[in-house]
Amino acid sequence: MSKRPLLIWGFFFILLLFAPWFIYPIFLMKLLCFALFATSFNLLLGYTGLLSFGHAAFLGGAGYVAGFLIRDQHLPPEIGIIGGTIFAAALGLIMGALAIRRQGIYFSMITLALAQMFYFICVQVPFTGGEDGFQGIPRTMMLGLLDLQDDKTMYFVVLGLAVVALAFVARVVASPYGKILFAIKENEPRAISLGYKVDRFKLNAFVLSGALAGLAGSLQAVVMGFETLSDAHWTMSGLVILMCLVGGVGTLLGPILGAFVIVILENKVGDIGNLIFSWTNIEWFKTLGEAVTIVTGFIFVVCVLSFRKGIVGEFLDKFKSKNVV
Amino acid sequence: MPMSAVLSQLLLGLVNGSFYAILSLGLAVIFGLLNVINFAHGAMFMMGAIITYIGYTQFGLGYWPMLLLSPLIVAFFGVFVERFLIKPLYGLDHLYGLLLTFGLTLLIEGFFRSFYGVSGMAYSVPESLSGATDIGFMILPNYRSWVVVASLTVCFTTWFIIEKTKLGSYLRAGTENPKLVQAFGINFPLMVTLTYAFGVGLAAFSGVLAAPIIQISPLMGSNLIITVFAVVVIGGMGSIMGSILTGLGLGIVEAITKVFYPEASSTVVFVVMALVLLVRPAGLFGREK
Amino acid sequence: MKIKKLVALLGVLFLSAANAADTGPIKLGFITDMSGLYADVDGKGGIEAMNMAIADFGGSVLGRKIEVVALDHQNKADIAAAKAREWIDQDGVNVIFGGTNSGTALATAKVTAEKKKIYINNGAGTSALTNEQCSPYTIHYTYDTIGLAKVTGKAMASKGDKNWFFITADYAFGYQLEKDATQVILDNGGRVIGSVKHPLSASDFSSFLLQAQNSKAQILGLANAGGDTINAVKAASEFGINKTMKIAGLLIFITDIHSIGLKNAAGLLATESWYWDLNDETREFGGRFLQKMKRMPTMVQAGDYSSTLAYLKAVKAAGTDDPDKVLKQLHSMKINDMFTKNGYIRKDGMMVHDMYLFEVKKAEEVKRPWDYYKLVQKVPGEQAFNTLAESKCSFIK
Repeated sequence: MSKRPLLIWGFFFILLLFAPWFIYPIFLMKLLCFALFATSFNLLLGYTGLLSFGHAAFLGGAGYVAGFLIRDQHLPPEIGIIGGTIFAAALGLIMGALAIRRQGIYFSMITLALAQMFYFICVQVPFTGGEDGFQGIPRTMMLGLLDLQDDKTMYFVVLGLAVVALAFVARVVASPYGKILFAIKENEPRAISLGYKVDRFKLNAFVLSGALAGLAGSLQAVVMGFETLSDAHWTMSGLVILMCLVGGVGTLLGPILGAFVIVILENKVGDIGNLIFSWTNIEWFKTLGEAVTIVTGFIFVVCVLSFRKGIVGEFLDKFKSKNVV
Repeated sequence: MPMSAVLSQLLLGLVNGSFYAILSLGLAVIFGLLNVINFAHGAMFMMGAIITYIGYTQFGLGYWPMLLLSPLIVAFFGVFVERFLIKPLYGLDHLYGLLLTFGLTLLIEGFFRSFYGVSGMAYSVPESLSGATDIGFMILPNYRSWVVVASLTVCFTTWFIIEKTKLGSYLRAGTENPKLVQAFGINFPLMVTLTYAFGVGLAAFSGVLAAPIIQISPLMGSNLIITVFAVVVIGGMGSIMGSILTGLGLGIVEAITKVFYPEASSTVVFVVMALVLLVRPAGLFGREK
Repeated sequence: MKIKKLVALLGVLFLSAANAADTGPIKLGFITDMSGLYADVDGKGGIEAMNMAIADFGGSVLGRKIEVVALDHQNKADIAAAKAREWIDQDGVNVIFGGTNSGTALATAKVTAEKKKIYINNGAGTSALTNEQCSPYTIHYTYDTIGLAKVTGKAMASKGDKNWFFITADYAFGYQLEKDATQVILDNGGRVIGSVKHPLSASDFSSFLLQAQNSKAQILGLANAGGDTINAVKAASEFGINKTMKIAGLLIFITDIHSIGLKNAAGLLATESWYWDLNDETREFGGRFLQKMKRMPTMVQAGDYSSTLAYLKAVKAAGTDDPDKVLKQLHSMKINDMFTKNGYIRKDGMMVHDMYLFEVKKAEEVKRPWDYYKLVQKVPGEQAFNTLAESKCSFIK
């Protein structure tokens, strides 16, 4: 049993190694960044049981900081990325410290309120460029060796960092620390009665989750060369919830798959529509490209009604039930 | 700061506040009885406005008929939504209700967007309410006065029904103990469905009121919805009066902010919400459930 | 069968891999707002205008078909920039035509400058495109904020009223227009008492208008466009502000007048670079466009037509669609078509051409739909825009 996941991960990894020669590298990097973002969110939701409505703050905030360090302070990309991640961690500390004081829906509402306030700061502070966005983040030499201008080099840097981050999350989840987080999710009063400083653990998880989301945001800013308010908007927070829901909350592969599905959907729904049209000859599919929101909403509704464990969750369920029999 | 500037902004704030009041009232009613955080409330508000627009452009029906018809249509739609989409989720974490209604919002908005784009469509003020009155410190369009009057009337009528009548007492009993209410022979599931329909009907009503003021656009609801959430949370998630008063209060607070620091006016509600949640999590008027 | 479908689905992702560089169709990228507050100004009408130009040119150039690939940027800079980059990297696009929204224009121009491809903007106003953020690859074709400020601003300022209050759209275009207009106002001895910024696509202008009224300024300057201008003007008459202040819409399109309605729009001054009823050629184009789109073309759509035609002529003359060679042609051509006569593209990218000041007719003066303007003044290009000496563009010095 324990061999199989490793094989699947390995297969995935090999696919990703060769992908940039077949698929537009910028698109692949977008997939990876969102996979990282969703994984970071899942650490909080799936493993600690905390639903944050404000994760976009980390994504956008880190992106702006990284962009600022690289474009305006002329620092090398690695410093920019580290800077963005540290900023997100600090933001996570502040937001977490305030939000953790309450539970359940009130916790979520506080994260929303704080994220909205952060969004407001992003709009007002001159350096972000407000509606116009923060443009022209250059891709310079990383560590003095890697020329990030080349899309493929950039891709492997992103892939490498994403894999390291994911491995880190896997380790955390499997570790005793991770088990305690899970215990808090399952039954918080019991965890408290066992003597664990539950708030401490929650805060740590929040900071960690924020930092990883920040890493995703910083990477994305360097890849795209710009950062805009969309990344800090509450609809982005909603999107990451959707990714985890679709993929499967509480699994490692789930958020990654969910992120892939959603990003591919948002970008390629027009092309997919044309493809389905060529199979079925139903004219309506051709107009699917304009209907991204409708399709996304539809998937959301279907997932909540009958697919709550997400792709990976449902798959694991079927797999387990077969085994048991 | 000249008094006239402050007063005129306050008056406008009262108009906005009455929208917040009706919308958060509907949301609070739905949350109180169904335990569902109806994210689709903004979309229902938008539907109220767009149906009014369609009523006029496609069927020649003016403002007054639509004021009654639009909420009815949306309420009917609400019955369908509650019966088939929300009922299956009872008993689950209320996160799922929120997520479902969020998905529903995307569906509804996307649907109307495919027909109308996102730029606003104009709807003129009905003749009987047009014109303005010079009240000294500003010229106030008559229609805006009507909005305040209509909203407050509807709000307080609803409050009265829920808090002071027999029907309302069944509703309130139902939130405490559904099984007992059923035992008394009251069709609880039907009550729930109708409550949801009523709540979204209220949202649609305020949509009709908004049509001549705000540009009708498929996104007009999502711009408002998180503010309305914040109002409900501040007021206390199950409290009817709390939502009404907080809604009005927020309109005033926003107006004052607009005088001194206009850019912050849309964010001030979240500052207040964060403060209230940290100090009094059940909300200003709420009771901890 | 399932495997086949999976492969086909994956193939969709590889869709853009094939890059027939020199023999496939010539692709003209077009990025504009097609569903938001600027949808009527450019939008789908812009695509139609470009297609008309392609048809009038003959449908093909250098033996290759011509194709327009379009994107609705939804007024988001990230969507515009990401797609521009993808088109250039993956689809062999060598020229991008930019539509409305200055923020997206600046973002796209950055991408094309980096990739050394041509960017021709017709819809956005910001003068920064040929000043602070100029590039050898950027061409600003139809109008800019300096032109608007100089013509409308000067006309209002010279009427005697001196004090202004601005309501400004909170993004690149708004700031630039307010800035350029303020300069003109100051140069003419006026004062700007205050200003307030509103979010793009604001739904309710009442509180901003009240602030304007409370400032006691004589002129209300609207540094916004499209849907925002329409809403602001309507709300202004609702609150009776048009009785106490003069309204100066710094960027007005004929489609705005159509939406505002003559009752509230009569008397407004509008600076445009083109109007359908100027002469026989413009009327001919207007008529053809009206048939297809059921609306008269705006100056932006006319600009889309003219710039597409100019680009294709340049490609033909250069014998290739290589950006550097085509640019050389574009900079050496004279623009003579239904859009303008004796227009030319300057070193800094500005297409210098005549601008017109119009006044909106009163309802009684209007003889048929879209007959909204009467010509007040024609301003020659050299006076309407800034001079090369005044330009803040760095690479031309």
